[in-house]
This record gives sequence, structure tokens and C-alpha cells, in this order.
Amino acid sequence: MSDLGPLVPRRRDMHPVPFDPDYKTSVTRSPRWPLLSMESTPSEETGPRFGHSLIGPLDNNLILNWSKDGTPAIGERILMHGRVMDEFGRPVPHTLVEIWQANAGGRYRHVKDTYFAPLDPNFGGCGRALTDEQGRYQFLTIRPGAYPWPNRANDWRPMHIHISVFGHSFGQRLITQMYFEGDPLIDRCPIAATIKERSQLDRLVAPLDMAMSRPLDFLAYKFDIVLRGRRQTMFENKLEGM
Amino acid sequence: MVQSLDTLVETASQTGGPYVHIGCIPTFAGLGAVYPEDLGLRAIEDGAKGEIITITGEVIDGTGWAFRDALLESWQADASGKFAGQEGADPLVNGFARFAADKETGLWTLRTVKPGKVKTRDGRLQAPHISLWIAARGINISLHTRIYFEDEDNSEDPLLNRIEQRNRVPTLMAKKTGAGEYRFDIHLQGASETVFLDI
Ligand SMILES: [Fe+3]
Repeated sequence: MSDLGPLVPRRRDMHPVPFDPDYKTSVTRSPRWPLLSMESTPSEETGPRFGHSLIGPLDNNLILNWSKDGTPAIGERILMHGRVMDEFGRPVPHTLVEIWQANAGGRYRHVKDTYFAPLDPNFGGCGRALTDEQGRYQFLTIRPGAYPWPNRANDWRPMHIHISVFGHSFGQRLITQMYFEGDPLIDRCPIAATIKERSQLDRLVAPLDMAMSRPLDFLAYKFDIVLRGRRQTMFENKLEGM
Repeated sequence: MVQSLDTLVETASQTGGPYVHIGCIPTFAGLGAVYPEDLGLRAIEDGAKGEIITITGEVIDGTGWAFRDALLESWQADASGKFAGQEGADPLVNGFARFAADKETGLWTLRTVKPGKVKTRDGRLQAPHISLWIAARGINISLHTRIYFEDEDNSEDPLLNRIEQRNRVPTLMAKKTGAGEYRFDIHLQGASETVFLDI
């Protein structure tokens, strides 16, 4: 395995704040003391790799991957697609992308979700894909509904798809959420608002992508993901005092 | 004016939310039909070289409650200090595991091999450790920490030696509770708050 260099330090100001009173659960689940910082080591610079043998033919098709008899899931058919790259714009190929979401009515297939909206018998709500050589991925799914959640008295989550990405090293691990262009609930959402840098929140909002939409079939939304990069220089010195 | 940088900024994190299990361990979440099995069920396969150990623990919030919805991932070297994919690594050590707090008790369990020492990039030996990553509702950016072992020589470990408050070092130590058995609780807040890492 070649040495690809240390991970670029995370810019914590470009991420959500861990503690935000408007998102009540974060109050008791956010560390109070500073994180311990150190240059990455092989423990963070390596990570699990997953092969194509892992992925089943319908894993990236949420419209059909829970259907028992081929009946498609109910909802507005969409293609979610994009590229995974690093901070230097390099594609991140063959990396695992996993998604999960509510159904078209805003209900998750989960014992703890007791929202009034009905379950769709043909919709499970999870999918996975490996990026290709250029770091591209695609999912065919339905647009999830907005849903209410117990936080402040009347909070609603905007339409969103949860995304988990591995990258090529354990230190690149990322979980985020994709929102949809034009959703008025984004600006009212305390979870979206944990990101204080507006440009960073804007980057979680996927634009409608008519070029990739398929006539008479599905609309497309484009969602690119940037993972931490690796610094590569000819000058790697031992740190003073270490 | 100056030239503009063409580097990108990492995509912002968001919480995994209460249903992170649907996406990451769907069989555990009750969606058993979607994949043959959940990813990362085993850190090791039968026959892995080294000392086989079981680590159990809780993830405890600021009120002292061991919450039930944590998702954890671990990544580690094999007994000789090599990571899966590296030349000479034990093919029976996957190194990666994904596990969750129990829905009833909040306890999680990791069965694995005790890792060997891994060098830093400037050649110093790190004490045996397992990297740990924690996602849950209310955690806006997932937490990184490490499991070290109280029965190993940790005196030269570069990361542990960076901890100024020496009274916090034990928060990263798995406590031996029996033959091949360890306990490692993760405290998100409080006097025994676990040391979390920005690495
Ligand atoms: Fe959600």
C-alpha cells in the first residue's frame, strides 16, 4: 500500500456545531471538552474496502429493492446521482455509499417511527452503491416526504435522504443528508441549522437536474460529495518536540 | 488580488438521526430481506492469529443514560500491526466491524483480535489500539476515539502522551474484566468524558 500522505485536517468551522440548544438531543450528546488533535496515523489513513461482489443488482434501486412482486414503490420517481471526490477534486472510486430515507408519506420502516403516514408495502428505504472509476454513483428512488419530529413544539424535517460514505480511509468517514432544491422547510429545520456556515448548508441542497432526468420516467437531483483529502508533498519532516 | 485556490471544502456532516440503523445495519433494524447480511458483522473470521478478545460497553449521554440508538464502527490492525489490504496482513482479520447498542440494555459488544503495534508516519510505535467511530441522533458530526488496553505498555504512545490532563487518559483504556474480556464505556459528557479525537 503506497503512502498517500496525511489527511488534511478537518475544518470544524465548516461542519455543524456539536452543541445546539435548538436541536435538543445534541445538548446531552455533544462533548464539552476540546477534541484532542494530532496528525493522522495509519490507523486513520487506512480503512475498509468493499468489493463489487458485495453489491446486489437492485441495491441502488429503492423503487424495487423491497418489492415482493415487482410493484414499484409509491411516490415521485427520482434519480439521485453525483460524484464523490476529495478536497483536491480527485475522484474517490470504488467507495461505498449507503442511503436511507422515509417513504413518500414521510414514514420510515422502523419500529420507533409511529407517524400517521402509512408504510408502503413495497418500500424499504435503504440502498447502497459503489462509486465507479470517476467517483460517480446513482440511486433510483422516490422523493421522501417531509415529516414532523419531537423537538420544539412544531418541528418538521425537510425532505431529505441520509447518506453515509466511507472513502478510502477511516478518517474520511462521513454521514450527511441531502436536501431538495426549493423546499421551504430547510430554513426552518434545527438540524440543518446546526451548520452555521451558510455556503456549507447550501451545498447539501441538491439542484433539480433536468439533463439527467428521463422523459416520462423520473426527475434527477445531483448531489456531489467532497471527502477529506490527503496532503502529498516532498517535504515531510518529523515534528519538533514529538 | 491573489490567485484563487482550487481546493474544495469537505461536505458538511449531519447527524445520522434516529434511523441510522436502516441505512447501515438494515437487518438489525428489521429490514432483513434487503441485503444477504449486514455489513461489518465480524471484525475477524475463525482462525485469526492472536489473542481473541471481547469488548463490551455502553455509550452514555450527559445525564448518565446509556442510550440505545448508538451505531459504532471499529477499525484496527491485525495481531502483527498490519491493516487489511497491506502486504502480509492476516487474511482472516477484516479489521472493520459495525455494531450497535442493544435495543433493551444499551450494551454493545465487539469480538475481535487484540491488535499489534502500528507505527506513526515518523516511525514511532503506537500502543495497541482500536479506532472507534460513533454515530447517533444528536451527534452532528460523528465522534472518533480509540480503545487502548490497560494491560499493555502504553507509556510511549504518542497520542496518549499528548493528553495534558493525565486524569483523562483512563477514559481511553479498556478495563480487563476477565480472561480475554474487557469493558470500555464511552461518556459523551461529565467528569469522565471520553477523550475524542480530531485526527
Ligand atoms: Fe431522517
